Amino acid sequence: MTAVTDDVLLRKVEQFLYDQSDMLDSRRWQDWINLFTPEGIYWMPAHPDHESGDGVPSIFHEDMYLMRTRMKRLDHPRAWSQSPAPRCNHIVSNVRIDPSRSNGTGLVVTSKFHVVELRLENQRYFTGTYTHTLLQEGDGFRIKNQRVDLLNYDSPFDYVLQVWL
Amino acid sequence: MIVDGNASGKTLIEGLVDTDRVHKSCYTSEEIFQQEIDNIFYKSWIYAGHESQIKNKGDFTTFQIGRQPMILVRGDDGAFHVLFNRCPHRGAMLTNWHMGNAGHHFICSYHAWQFNFDGSVHAIPSPKGYDETRFEKSDPESCMKAAPRVASYRGFVFASLAEDGPDLETWLSGAKAAFDDMCDRSPEGEVEVVRTCFRVVQKSNWKIFLENQLDALHPSITHGAAGKAAADVEEEIKAETGEDAPLHYHYLSAFTTPIYKWDGLETAGHPFGHCMLQGYMGLRPTDPDTLEYEALMEKAYGKERTEEILTTNIHHVLVYPCLSVQSPLQQLRAVRPLGPDKTLTEIWHFRLKGAPDPIYERSLQYYNLVNSPSTMINADDLYNFWRCQQGLESEGGDWVSFHRNEGQDHHDDGVTTSVTGLSELPMRHMFTAWADYMKGGQS
Repeated sequence: MTAVTDDVLLRKVEQFLYDQSDMLDSRRWQDWINLFTPEGIYWMPAHPDHESGDGVPSIFHEDMYLMRTRMKRLDHPRAWSQSPAPRCNHIVSNVRIDPSRSNGTGLVVTSKFHVVELRLENQRYFTGTYTHTLLQEGDGFRIKNQRVDLLNYDSPFDYVLQVWL
Repeated sequence: MIVDGNASGKTLIEGLVDTDRVHKSCYTSEEIFQQEIDNIFYKSWIYAGHESQIKNKGDFTTFQIGRQPMILVRGDDGAFHVLFNRCPHRGAMLTNWHMGNAGHHFICSYHAWQFNFDGSVHAIPSPKGYDETRFEKSDPESCMKAAPRVASYRGFVFASLAEDGPDLETWLSGAKAAFDDMCDRSPEGEVEVVRTCFRVVQKSNWKIFLENQLDALHPSITHGAAGKAAADVEEEIKAETGEDAPLHYHYLSAFTTPIYKWDGLETAGHPFGHCMLQGYMGLRPTDPDTLEYEALMEKAYGKERTEEILTTNIHHVLVYPCLSVQSPLQQLRAVRPLGPDKTLTEIWHFRLKGAPDPIYERSLQYYNLVNSPSTMINADDLYNFWRCQQGLESEGGDWVSFHRNEGQDHHDDGVTTSVTGLSELPMRHMFTAWADYMKGGQS
C-alpha cells in the first residue's frame, strides 16, 4: 500500500480517528455510536482470515442496536462490574489511506492502536490494527465499517472486554 | 421417593464439608487444590475435545487434565489417541499449539525424535548411539505416554488418567442428556464443532463457576442491567422498524425474568456430581426458518420423536467437574483449574449437521453475545466470582452457606430433584460428590 499524499485529507482523517478514540476515553458512548452510519458495523474478528462477521464467530460484531444495548448496560447503575468504571487511554497512529480501496465517496483507512485499560487498580493493554471504511459526509466522515484486528485475538483473555476498543 | 426430612447438617468431611455448608478453605487452600487435582481431576473423565476437531490424520488439539498437558490426536488408523505432551527423551513438550496438524509424526524440536500418533517411536536420528545400551525404542518408557483410558460419547471425547473406574457412559449417567439433547436436535443426529475457541481466565476457584451455572437465584440480580438494556432495545427496534427484535436479544432480555419465576424451574442432581437446570428461555419460535427446520427433523425422526426432541427442556447440564453444556444452543464450556484462585474456561459452540443456516445463526449469536470475550453477561459473573474469591480469602468468616431448601430435596432412583429452582440443591449435590472423590471414592 502506498499512502495517499493528500495532506489535507490525511490530516482530516487522523483528526477524525483521534476524536473517535477520545469519545471512548471520555465515555461519550452516544457520540461514539453517532459516528457510525445507521447500517454501520463495529467488528472485532475472531480470526484475521475472516472477511466479514456474517456467519462466523466474532469477538464483537455489533450494529447500531447492539451498540445501544452495550451503552445502556454500561450506563445502568447496576452494571456491577462497572463499579468502579474501568478507564482507558487510546493512542492511535500509523494512519494510512489505502488508495487501492478508496474512491470519491469512500475511504479505507488503516491505523494502529494501543489501548491501556485501568481496571480494579490493574493496568492491561491491547494493541492491533483498525481498518475504517469511511464515507465522506459534508465536511466530515461517517463509519460504514470499523474492523478491529486484535494482536492477541486467539489468546486467553484475562477477564473480558466490556467496552469497544 | 424419599424426602430428606431431618437429614440437615450432616458432616461429610470433618471440618470441611457438611451437607448444608462448606469451609472456605475448599476454595482457597493450595493443599486442598492439589488434593482435588489428584482425587477428582486424575480420577474422573475429563473432556478432551470433539471428534470433528480432529477429522484428518495428524489433526490435534491440546488440553489439560488437572496439571497435565495432553494432546488429543487423530491417528493413522483413524482412531483418536490422548497422549502426554512430552518427549520421552529430555522431556520437551512436543507441541505448543492449541490446535493444528502434525503432518505424519510429532517431531521434537530439540533432537528430532519422531513419534507416531499412537505415541510409539517412529524414528530417532543416528540410532547407532543406542546400540549396546539398555535403551529399547519399543519400551513404553521410550514412547509418548498415553492416557490409560479414552472414550467418546456421541462424538465428545473424554480421557481419564485413572487405570480403573466406571466406563464413560456409566460415569456420565444422567449427564448423557447434554450430548443426546445437542445431537438429537440435528436431523443427522450429529454436531460439528466450529473451529473457534474463546478462552477466558477467571480469577476465582473452579467450583465457583460450576456453582454459578446452576444458580437460578443470581441471573435477575447479576445480569439485571444487561437484561434491562436488551429489553429496552427490543422495544426500540419494534418502535423504530415495526419489526420484532431478532431472537438473540431475548438471550439477554430473558435475564429480566423476576426471581419468583425462577422459583418454578427444576434442578436435578445425578450420580458423580453431574447436575441439570431446566430451560427458561422458551426457545421454540414459529418463524419460517424454524418450521423448515422442524420439517427436516420430522423427515428424519417422524412426528412423534421430533416432538419429543424439541420439547426437551434443558438449560445447562454440568458434567462434573469439567464441563458446562448448554445443549439447546449447542454451547460448551470446558473448565480447566489453574490454581485455587485461577480457572481457565475454553468455550466452544457447534453446528447441528443438516440443519439450515438460520438455525446455526441462533447458536452463533449466543456464542457471540453471551460467551465471547466481549460478553455483557459473563462480565458481571466474573466480577462476582472475583469478589467471592477475595472475600473467601479473608478471615471474616469460615463457612459458605448452602442452606436454602436443605432437607427438602427428593431422591428417586439415584436422581435428586429440588422443590424449587432457587434451591441450593446443585451446590450441595456437587459437594456430596466432591467429598466422596476427596475420600478416594467413585473412581
